[in-house]
Amino acid sequence: MNGPTLEHYLVFSALLFCIGLYGMLTRRNLIAMLMSVELVLNAAALNFVAFHHFLFPGDSGGAVFPIFIIAVAAAEAAVALAIFIALFRHQQHLDVQQSDSLKG
Amino acid sequence: MNEILFYSLAALTLGCGLLVVANPFSRNPVTSAMFLVMTILSLAGLFVLLGAFFLAAVQVIVYAGAVIVLFLFVIMLMGSHELPRRAFHWLLAAAACLVTGALAALLLRLLSALKTQPPAVGAPVEGGTALLGRLLFTDYLLPFEVVSVVLLVAMVGVIVLSRKEAA
Repeated sequence: MNGPTLEHYLVFSALLFCIGLYGMLTRRNLIAMLMSVELVLNAAALNFVAFHHFLFPGDSGGAVFPIFIIAVAAAEAAVALAIFIALFRHQQHLDVQQSDSLKG
Repeated sequence: MNEILFYSLAALTLGCGLLVVANPFSRNPVTSAMFLVMTILSLAGLFVLLGAFFLAAVQVIVYAGAVIVLFLFVIMLMGSHELPRRAFHWLLAAAACLVTGALAALLLRLLSALKTQPPAVGAPVEGGTALLGRLLFTDYLLPFEVVSVVLLVAMVGVIVLSRKEAA
């Protein structure tokens, strides 16, 4: 046994992705849904690092792109939370099931 | 040693991730945020196992330090009242379980069919900070600048969005 292989990491990040997807589908609080999105993004970043480490250790892309993922995730979280604040001022709750004022 | 670390960190990450999305004991968003911190810290441990030291540090500083604080700030701002416990959406939960389970089964099936070659021999890059910095300012200069513009736009957008309208 010489440590975990690429498959271990891929299976792990597939499971993490599915957990995040489940959260996105079931949670009703918008903030909790955004936290699930963060889980999905982290699973993707882990895939980048794992492929870089096991398959292309001489190539640089896998080392750099997770940094971009983190930066974009931070920007996305900030914008989404600002939208949530505006929405909360407007309707006093963050429940997606009740935010149906555009429904025809 | 690596194997024990991997399995314990992976179990910790998955367990805390599950508690982020579906906590049977508490529906308080603050609890979810705290478990998200745990998830992110153990993921940083996995990054260390993979040799990406700088990335692990960035993960802890940016995610656990900044993004989660932002989450908690917004939760506190809105009053961390728990959502009223209404009838649990069995249909929704069952549908989500079905979709997620099918996706997981598909992914695991694909991964079990995967045949990976042994690593191509090359000079390992291994997340060294100096090399990473040089790469960011040479090969990846354009994406780097685009990300800075994205962050600037996000900052301006957040200020505009969260301003009181009455002004």
